[in-house]
Amino acid sequence: MLRILFVVLYVIIAPLLGGLMAGIDRKITARLQGRVGPSIFQAFYDVLKLFEKETMVVRRSQNFYIVFSLILVIFTTGLFAWGANILLVIFALTLSSIFFVLGGFKASSPYSFIGSQRELIQIASYEPAVLLSAIGMYMVAHSFNIMTIFTCDKPLYIPLAGIVLAYLFILPIKLRKSPFDLSTSHHAHQELVKGITTEFSGKALAMIEITHWYETTIALGIVFLFFSSNILIGLLAAAAAYFLMIIIDNSFARVKWQKAFASSWLIALIFGVGNIILLSFLAN
Amino acid sequence: MSTPLFLIVFPLLISIILLFLKNNTARFGVVVTSFFVLSAASIFLAAEYFKSDMQFLTVPWEFTNHAILAAEILLSLYVLFTGIRNKQKLVTLFAVIQLLPLLWFEFKGPHIEIEHSFVVDRLSVVMALIIGIVGGIISIYSLGYMREFHEQHHKEYKDKRCFFFFVVFAFLGAMYGIVFSNNLRWLYFFWEITSVSSFLLIGYKGTTESIRNAFLALRLNLLGGIGFAAAIIFLQTRVGILELDKVMFSPKAIVLLPVALMCFAGLTKSAQLPFSKWLLGAMVAPSPVSALLHSSTMVKAGVYLILRFAGVLEGTLVGFMIALVGGVTFFICSCIAVSQSDAKKVLAYSTIANLGLIVLCAGLGTYEAVWAAILLIIFHAVAKCLLFLCVGVVEHKIHSRNIEDMAGLIITMPKLSIMMQIGMAGMFLAPFGMLISKWAVLQALVDYNPLLAIFVVFGSSVTLLYWVKWMGRLLTVVGKQDELEGTVHRTEWFSLSALALLTIGVCGFFPLVAHSLVEPYIEEIYHRTVDMGHGNITIMLIMLAMVALFPLSFFRYGKSVKVVDAYLAGANTPQGIDFYNSFNTSQQMHMTSYYMQEFFNEKKLLLTGIIVSTILILISVVSPVC
Repeated sequence: MLRILFVVLYVIIAPLLGGLMAGIDRKITARLQGRVGPSIFQAFYDVLKLFEKETMVVRRSQNFYIVFSLILVIFTTGLFAWGANILLVIFALTLSSIFFVLGGFKASSPYSFIGSQRELIQIASYEPAVLLSAIGMYMVAHSFNIMTIFTCDKPLYIPLAGIVLAYLFILPIKLRKSPFDLSTSHHAHQELVKGITTEFSGKALAMIEITHWYETTIALGIVFLFFSSNILIGLLAAAAAYFLMIIIDNSFARVKWQKAFASSWLIALIFGVGNIILLSFLAN
Repeated sequence: MSTPLFLIVFPLLISIILLFLKNNTARFGVVVTSFFVLSAASIFLAAEYFKSDMQFLTVPWEFTNHAILAAEILLSLYVLFTGIRNKQKLVTLFAVIQLLPLLWFEFKGPHIEIEHSFVVDRLSVVMALIIGIVGGIISIYSLGYMREFHEQHHKEYKDKRCFFFFVVFAFLGAMYGIVFSNNLRWLYFFWEITSVSSFLLIGYKGTTESIRNAFLALRLNLLGGIGFAAAIIFLQTRVGILELDKVMFSPKAIVLLPVALMCFAGLTKSAQLPFSKWLLGAMVAPSPVSALLHSSTMVKAGVYLILRFAGVLEGTLVGFMIALVGGVTFFICSCIAVSQSDAKKVLAYSTIANLGLIVLCAGLGTYEAVWAAILLIIFHAVAKCLLFLCVGVVEHKIHSRNIEDMAGLIITMPKLSIMMQIGMAGMFLAPFGMLISKWAVLQALVDYNPLLAIFVVFGSSVTLLYWVKWMGRLLTVVGKQDELEGTVHRTEWFSLSALALLTIGVCGFFPLVAHSLVEPYIEEIYHRTVDMGHGNITIMLIMLAMVALFPLSFFRYGKSVKVVDAYLAGANTPQGIDFYNSFNTSQQMHMTSYYMQEFFNEKKLLLTGIIVSTILILISVVSPVC
């Protein structure tokens, strides 16, 4: 019963946290660029205003995909909070992303089309590192269950240092940060207009934003899991990772998709797979 | 007559009737009736045997053995004759290599008492259900498809439909033969029939290309057949066992070499690297052939055989090498599929890749891996078959099987494109079938060898890429398009809907399927059960239910939204899909998918795969000798 209550609370708090982090991000970014920046609640104001706006579409069914993307990411967050099997969490999250991509395709505009293609390449780029993280956690905690991983008293980040590195490398993709903000960007200065979200407006765009808040908390939640033997260190690590992403976002120019794909796979292969090979040798 | 024997003999009899049946209506009647008989008998078989462990059947030994021997000689002579007539030196050579020693040992070699000729257990039941139901559905589809093929699209090819259906049904009989044979000599005979059926159907069109590809397939399958024959001779002379169940439960050291040789045969049949080329060539055959032989049934015979020996392979170097071959094949072929735009080639590469995944599990041979492998066989057979049949219809209607030309199929062929999406969802999306299996594969692999899991990790990431790309292409609509769906034949509709329902059905009822058929099999062989976890199954079913709710959103279709033209950098013409270019003339927008050729170059990847897998296979066959 308490567990269910926790899940419900988590699902309500997660987007608020995600939105707040987006606000903090904008504040820090502004300061880094010598601006004052908006209020840290700006992300909420934006989304609330989007809900008021008229919804314009190119194809009549394009927004359905966005709705399902949101529903699935909420479901994923619930699974995460429940402490379910981490592979299932990853698959559910992927399913949510795929609905988003299909929405971009359905919109049938050249910009959203290329955005969708690039989003797909991004998914394929980060998926290995994410799955390797799950496998690494299994090898140390002997379970795929998030609950068991969470309660594992061994600090996971020590034996999984390489995997943590590989995961941090792909984290900008999931958070839509430079240098990997290929499919759509927080900043309105890229050649793809708004990429995959070009044709979404009003409520649909607001939902995309909320989905992204959820995604941010899940992505950082995995960082937390690596350090969760001590809850405080875990929270600090997740916060530090987010801060690192903001710094990286502001210090790097966007790379081509080829480079994004090749480098994420290479890093996953060297540090992720390397780490797993090392672990399995040590286990024998 | 017992059900298994009926299932072998009945299609063979039907095939002979169909060979002489020129009348369309009569053929229709016979095929539809046989479909009902076959699927009913397969389901009856399942009901009859799913509760019991391995059961054996005996048949009048002397007579059957002589009949099969005679048929085998005739078949070999036919291959020999075809090889000589078409100046195919290798085919001739391979046929001779197989025929002569087998005959010699049949008459001069040590006599081996066969206790049980046929075997039925839950694995054979699973295979029989696939052959009967999926195979039957494809034969119905073929009625309409082949009619349109000859009467509208390809008047240049000779109408050999009688021959087509003759081969298809003979093939079905042979498939049943493979999954029920306990006598390895007989299994080998049925195995060769499927090789020859595949050869005949690939070459059906009679063009230079199709004949060339047919011989390629025959050559590689005969090469596998040599491995099989060698295994039989070894078993006969050195081990004194010729029965499947006895080999399965023999001490590993004694039977490892023949098992390695039979697995070699299995790898050729399942088109694993380095033998994958024949399956690509086989795509020249009409779509029902690709669906029946080259995705859902015949290629599964290869993995079936390897899976039978999973217990022997477990923990051996041979098994590890075979698992690696599967892993390499899965990864490399998934990558190549990203770079392909021909729908049938994408399906072919994805088939090879998924068979690789099954081989990976079978080679590993642990109880969890075998469990995952059987689930993969089931889900793949249904979903992939649906996709092949959809592409077949699309090809007839839009006269192209290029994925880029399928843009807007959701408007031009709405029902069909929805079925196609169900098939694709079944292939890769959570929580549908293949993903359940991939999840199981990952679970199974990390326990024993996390290194093997790496192939799955990277391979499944690209798998997503090519499927979603294709799905997206179907959804992207540019401008107004006419509907093309009206002329699809009713037999084709029947088959497509049945398979779509089946795809959803096996996903929805997969806990039941796993619980009643797959788990008892694992329990019987390994004396252990696989537990997916009650909670995990519930989560998957919830996800399935959520995805199933998606169509409901169409009740709000077009409500409270304002429809505008796509953004074309502010230079839209009044037509909406055109824009003003820099010469101020109107130009239509155009979108093309990414194929990532610079990363996934077909030639380079294949070459790497072939070299690596050849080395692995050599190790697997040589290591038991050392």
